[in-house]
Amino acid sequence: MLAKRIIPCLDIKNGRTVKGVNFVNLIDAGNPVELAKQYALAGADELVFLDISATLENRSTTLNMVLHVAEQVNIPFTVGGGISSIADVDALLKCGADKISINSSAIQRPELINELSNKFGNQCIVVAIDAKQIEGKWIVHMAGGTIPTKLKLFDWAKEVEQRGAGEILFTSMNNDGTKNGFANDALAKLSASLNIPIIASGGAGTIQHFVETFALGKADAALAASVFHFGEIPISELKKELRNNNIEVRL
Amino acid sequence: MKLVIIDYGAGNIKSIQFAFKRLGIDAMLTNNPEEILNADKVIFPGVGEASNAMMMLKESQLDKLIPKLKQPVLGICLGMQLLCKHTEEGDTSGLGVFNVNIKRFSNKVKVPQMGWNTIRDLKSDLFSGIKNNEYMYLVHSYYAEQCKETIATTNYETNYASALQHENFYGVQFHPEKSSIAGEKILKNFLTL
Repeated sequence: MLAKRIIPCLDIKNGRTVKGVNFVNLIDAGNPVELAKQYALAGADELVFLDISATLENRSTTLNMVLHVAEQVNIPFTVGGGISSIADVDALLKCGADKISINSSAIQRPELINELSNKFGNQCIVVAIDAKQIEGKWIVHMAGGTIPTKLKLFDWAKEVEQRGAGEILFTSMNNDGTKNGFANDALAKLSASLNIPIIASGGAGTIQHFVETFALGKADAALAASVFHFGEIPISELKKELRNNNIEVRL
Repeated sequence: MKLVIIDYGAGNIKSIQFAFKRLGIDAMLTNNPEEILNADKVIFPGVGEASNAMMMLKESQLDKLIPKLKQPVLGICLGMQLLCKHTEEGDTSGLGVFNVNIKRFSNKVKVPQMGWNTIRDLKSDLFSGIKNNEYMYLVHSYYAEQCKETIATTNYETNYASALQHENFYGVQFHPEKSSIAGEKILKNFLTL
């Protein structure tokens, strides 16, 4: 049976991980390659690197980092952040990224999804959607959640699927950072209305939250950052508990 | 040991090259027929869309060369599918090494299948030391039907062939280069075939 995936997410700036990472037994916690190797050993199923570098010069540093991750890590990984063209994607895939993730650039020019999917295949095109529930409506936001758009979550998700996205990474802005659990109602609705995998993001605080997002939210994968980076939830323990709850995971 | 990875413009071949490098083997990326013919082992990779990949093979006339190879050949993902008779993807005729057709998953399941699934009923030295129901990483929308060349089975919507063998030709639907320690073991096994 296809296993549910556990995905740690690392923020990268100028080729280094940023926003607290506190790993035991790691001399240099800012080194994304070392972190990636640790996570692969710990049983992570996939990794996401979110590049928050601002300038072009720093982007080439990121490419170099991607190359080193591909060289040394034996599980798949996705790179997102600031990707807006075929050339961007081509460069990342050539350095060994397995998938790329787009967000704002897809909102600004939805045809980009079609172009990337046609060129590289939908299996490597992830569309990330940040949405916030405002007065009962899920409103899609762009630019790292800072700018609300006119798009509604479920319509936009359907559109990105039709345009050729291979997967959706849905972050609930209401849940993100709260450690109160994932947005399982919205996730379940996405999963029921779409035919591509959905990654749940935003709100992980306890092992039970992961159990719920797979059981109730029908998510195909769950992504989290701080609970993994600070060792609050060891991945091996998480996966054992998921299996105890009859959720299929790779152990 | 001379290992070549056929470079015909399709897919993420860097990852395969890196995976062998981690095993201490320098694999050469090439589309040169001489180099391919003279290799001890050949990797036939592929990611992307079948009809485009087939077109690229034809442009370099590798479609004629590959089925005639005598050394162990390992097709990975789309590489495996292109070694089959026909694929529904772009209604494309393959190289016909494996006597089986490639079909699309129906919409009863999420497509593509993305993630880790198990392989079982393992039937080849390619899998020596690999336990039944080991997890492998897969990303695909099309699958090979069960056939007499099946050497591993996976279930997603249906039981399908996740690995095939015919004489010196091997094919795996999963990505051993991305399948952690077990995947590395399969690559190592291939080198000793």
